[in-house]
Amino acid sequence: MTQLPAPITNWFANKGWQVHPHQQAMLDASQTPSTLLIAPTGGGKTMAGFLPTLADLSENPRGGLHTLYVSPLKALAADIKRNLRTPVDEIGLNIRIEDRTGDTTYTQKRRQRVDPPHILLTTPESLALLLTYEDAPRIFDGVQRIIVDEIHALAESKRGDQLVLALSRLQSIAPDLRRVGLSATVEDPQGIADFLACHPQPTQIIEADPGPDPDIQMLETEEAPPWAGGGGKYAIPAVLEQVRQHNTTLIFHNTRAQAEIFFHHLWLANEDQLPIGIHHGALAKEQRQKVEQAMTDGALKAIVCTGSLDLGIDWGDVDLVIQIGAPKNVKRLVQRIGRANHRYNAPSKALLVPANRFEIVECKAALDAVKAYDLDGDPRARGPRDVLCQHILNCAASGPFDDAELYNEVKTAGPYADLTRAEFDACLEFCATGGYALRAYDRYQRLLQKDDKWQLRDPRAAQQIRMNLGTIIDTETLKVRLKSRRGPGSGGTPLGEIEEGFAATLSQGDTFLIGGQIVKYEGLNEMTVQVTRSPSDKPRIATFMGTKFATSTQLSERILRIFQQDNWPDLPAHTAQWLHLQRDRSQLPQPGRLLIESFPRDGRSNTVVYGFAGRNAMQTLGLLLTQRMEEQGLDPLGFVATDYATLIWGLEPLTDPAPLFDLHNLREGLETWLAGNAVMKRTFRNAAITGGLIDRMTRGTKKSGRQATFSSDILYDTLRKYDPDHLMLDITREEAMKGLIDFGRVEEMIARTQGQIDLLTLPRVTPLAAPLFLEAGRVPVKGLAEERLLAEEAARLMSDADLPEAVVKPKRWAVPY
Amino acid sequence: MIAKRIAITEQSMNIHPFTFCGAQLHALGSGALFWPNARLLVVSDLHLGKAERMARRSRQLLPPYEVTDTLTRLEDALNQTNPATVICLGDSFDDLTAGRDLPQEARLWITRLMAGRTWIWIEGNHDPGPLEFGGTHLAQFTQGPLTFRHIATEHTQGEVSGHYHPKASINLRGRQISRPSFLVDGRKLILPAFGTYTGGLSSSSDALSTLMDKDAYAILTGPAPCAVPMPR
Repeated sequence: MTQLPAPITNWFANKGWQVHPHQQAMLDASQTPSTLLIAPTGGGKTMAGFLPTLADLSENPRGGLHTLYVSPLKALAADIKRNLRTPVDEIGLNIRIEDRTGDTTYTQKRRQRVDPPHILLTTPESLALLLTYEDAPRIFDGVQRIIVDEIHALAESKRGDQLVLALSRLQSIAPDLRRVGLSATVEDPQGIADFLACHPQPTQIIEADPGPDPDIQMLETEEAPPWAGGGGKYAIPAVLEQVRQHNTTLIFHNTRAQAEIFFHHLWLANEDQLPIGIHHGALAKEQRQKVEQAMTDGALKAIVCTGSLDLGIDWGDVDLVIQIGAPKNVKRLVQRIGRANHRYNAPSKALLVPANRFEIVECKAALDAVKAYDLDGDPRARGPRDVLCQHILNCAASGPFDDAELYNEVKTAGPYADLTRAEFDACLEFCATGGYALRAYDRYQRLLQKDDKWQLRDPRAAQQIRMNLGTIIDTETLKVRLKSRRGPGSGGTPLGEIEEGFAATLSQGDTFLIGGQIVKYEGLNEMTVQVTRSPSDKPRIATFMGTKFATSTQLSERILRIFQQDNWPDLPAHTAQWLHLQRDRSQLPQPGRLLIESFPRDGRSNTVVYGFAGRNAMQTLGLLLTQRMEEQGLDPLGFVATDYATLIWGLEPLTDPAPLFDLHNLREGLETWLAGNAVMKRTFRNAAITGGLIDRMTRGTKKSGRQATFSSDILYDTLRKYDPDHLMLDITREEAMKGLIDFGRVEEMIARTQGQIDLLTLPRVTPLAAPLFLEAGRVPVKGLAEERLLAEEAARLMSDADLPEAVVKPKRWAVPY
Repeated sequence: MIAKRIAITEQSMNIHPFTFCGAQLHALGSGALFWPNARLLVVSDLHLGKAERMARRSRQLLPPYEVTDTLTRLEDALNQTNPATVICLGDSFDDLTAGRDLPQEARLWITRLMAGRTWIWIEGNHDPGPLEFGGTHLAQFTQGPLTFRHIATEHTQGEVSGHYHPKASINLRGRQISRPSFLVDGRKLILPAFGTYTGGLSSSSDALSTLMDKDAYAILTGPAPCAVPMPR
């Protein structure tokens, strides 16, 4: 057993604390090349990660960078800096701790490169950026340890792939580097261990005592949840009562828009003026920091929040977590629950608030799963190649490289362990020449081979590569500021961001919610939305994209099993009644069959497919079905997908569903459809920016005028037409299939139902279908119906506007020449 | 149910006829403008060689197919209308170097398209000088009631120009569509960009809102081009 140095042992003793078994295990493993600690929140996880560093620096004081700490959040880096400083000072260690994130000043960053601290706290992007500098070998030369915090969260996105590629680089610079991962409870520890490892070396997994089972229930309310909709407004009195009874409550929402609406109504009902704040990723940094500070000071009774608070900033006295809306995923629910009660060995307390009656069933299924320790998750996919392309460019920015060496280095990263040489070469070729079938850029290659090493043709490109670094692609958003009294030129208080598409629909005087306030749109000034405070109480709602997670397969199966019960004594009476009503009016979906309902509403024909394949797959199904319906002349206008169903509306009703669900037809449709749909185009844009085909849009380039820039959609269409085998299209297909397209779950659904389709033609909307009509995220179908509507609308507008006779109405007309 | 559908076919609907300063014109769905009585076709802002210029100037290696695509669509428009005169309304080349460096097959292709027609290259801000493609190079050109130049001026009657790459967006039962558009008022007509690698400037932008008169309307391009009051 590794002994701690005396000053540290004394410090523990003075505090009356004991070293936790998993902290000791981490000390014992301090020489292991790669270690993964899995511990619940509040288990002294961070200390467990840093103890070996403190011990080493206490016994062998030295200069230079000793330990890197990487976390997914800037705020977390800042938080750790504070929390680590205290024990380091109390122990009396002479250790410099600094953070380096997007918020660090230029001067500070320069100094850090010249004279790095002992412990540097950073994010994956800032680390990757540091590695693009020519002096990276000098900075990282002696680094001993890297601690990756919240590694389970990083492993879920491309940020994680970028990080482990950076680790592979780092390991070449500092061969003695030891890797430490800190993770919350996950369903597949080995998967995270493989992700962290320097292949082919293994990772040692240390699991801390998971602590007692959480105390988790559905919130009982006097009022029943509504038939449809999200947001959980009905539960506000009950939620306020819970807030009153607890020290500090975190109120989680699945989307930002829902958080905003809920917060607004919460305050309307908050007669006791309980101090309650709001926190989400679209709020201005200043706004978020204010809430974080108030929370740290213990000044808040509750925070309404989204996934932005999923990760481990230590909020101290949180003793209740409320989840509004169904959790969609059991693993995330368990992790969120862990945010309550940061004291080790005390049960976390959590309440689930279903937003509508369907979600009651979903919450029930989730509760059952938590009690059964049945965590869900999908195995991690292979490392995406657009991230690899960026990594190659990043390496080129730091200096010349040898292709064989880089290939071997990349293969030590878990997600790329089985990357073939041919795949690597295709990425390298793309970086060098664009990788087009038509060789057009011999004169303008980005990378050249010189003296057997690859390097930038134009060294000035390094700056451009740094500007484009990162894998998070922003949706196009505009900043929102309160209009300053001193005129439009001076900046008013920043409130946050809204999506450009939403901003485009605003006209002067329109109101919307942001940061819990209702504001009035005044105008657009240099890409900033100017607003004033509004006394109105009926806002339009800011539409945030907000990540919508798909309900996991495991949870969907549990829901279908609940539907099969003859009656539902363990569900609230109103919900049981609702399910009975659906059974009377139509049917309840069954595991082995596919239920389709068809009914008229609002002058349109509606088709509801209860596929239970999760939001993304149901979305894909919507795209594929509408394409077939377009071919059949049913003039579909659009669709919306939820985790359990897809609702399609159009001009003509569906009468013969069987051919639509033929797997062969669907697969064929998928290929054709991949051509033109918005999801693919968005995926392409992300891959093209990440892979370095197009530059990131910065505020500066945006301001310089739109007509000069053109949409990445045009590039996508052009490549499809002239270079269909291009690497970027290949990556786009692969990316889309696993994430947003999720065709795997469509196939699973077809296999599960085996052609057992029940089409019910009904006179009106059914109880189970009603919530679908209130779902956001409607997808329009760009078919002939659009031309029909456009012609109608144009005719109406022209006659309304009473425009001069010069306009001849379009008429049927044959080409005379 | 299918029988009652309106048949929308390329032949019947992809032009929008309108009258401008006494001339009977056709806005083509592709973004080209045809004047049947004069057998005159106008296209604007081809920006040929844009990908090459991007590679040269900003080190971006965009798919090098935009010349092929633009010329293919131009050839389609020529086949559809068989004009005696073609006017390229400026910014035909993304810059003069891009024009000079066009690949051999593209140059031959352009020559082939020009054969047997009067071909007028109007100078644009991207291609201010003449290139060795033959045809006539002019700053502006007048025929009958119409004057063709690259950038709109304040007070010319019957002016046909390009430069702005106008697009217009309209809401259709809650769905927004946005397309390259012709903008027309009593005195001037602005063409959308014809080149494949071109973006658009919204008709509601300050520049276009101030430029166009109150009675302006937009003709949205696409399979069935149609006119709407210009969105501002």
